[in-house]
Amino acid sequence: MAVDLLRGLLEQAFPGSEVEVHDRTGGGDHFQVTVASARFDGLTLLEQHRLVNDALAGPLGDGTIHELRIRTKGSQ
Amino acid sequence: MTELRKQIENVIQSEDVALFMKGTPQFVMCGNSSRALEALRAAGAPVTTVDVLPDPRIRQELSAISSWPTIPQVFVRGELIGGADIIEELAQNGELERTLEEKLGPEYRGEGAERVVTVT
Repeated sequence: MAVDLLRGLLEQAFPGSEVEVHDRTGGGDHFQVTVASARFDGLTLLEQHRLVNDALAGPLGDGTIHELRIRTKGSQ
Repeated sequence: MTELRKQIENVIQSEDVALFMKGTPQFVMCGNSSRALEALRAAGAPVTTVDVLPDPRIRQELSAISSWPTIPQVFVRGELIGGADIIEELAQNGELERTLEEKLGPEYRGEGAERVVTVT
């Protein structure tokens, strides 16, 4: 399942974070991911989203993810 | 540098607000592109759009330039602001209008109508 793959990659990239992965359409390629991590503290939104994109570079690059929505939260 | 890459760089550098999207404002082909466009419109941004769909190389070159993997991508005066989620979030908390004012000046609204440019 792509949902599990994405969750695994995010949990690996952001240890100790809260990760949610939602398959928006049920089709297995449109995802909403939410990551709450202290690593985002002090970073701009752009930098936060870059970290998430980097963590998901594999499935983004090979077409597993057709559409991605990202929501990031710091520790506050 | 390829000719296509030069053209993309030129759009990024020369347009006040450049939106690389799937489709055109008249025929938006993707929900995220639509969200970004609507948020920019609501903020009164003078948007210039580029459709990435006619040639997959447009997207490849763009992502190589910006180090941003997904579409849409929004640039203001040459600087990547973000994709649909960031633009929407910035619009909701008023940051988008603030950024536009900072970079384009307080009179940015209505400076130019929506434009579509093509790169080949």
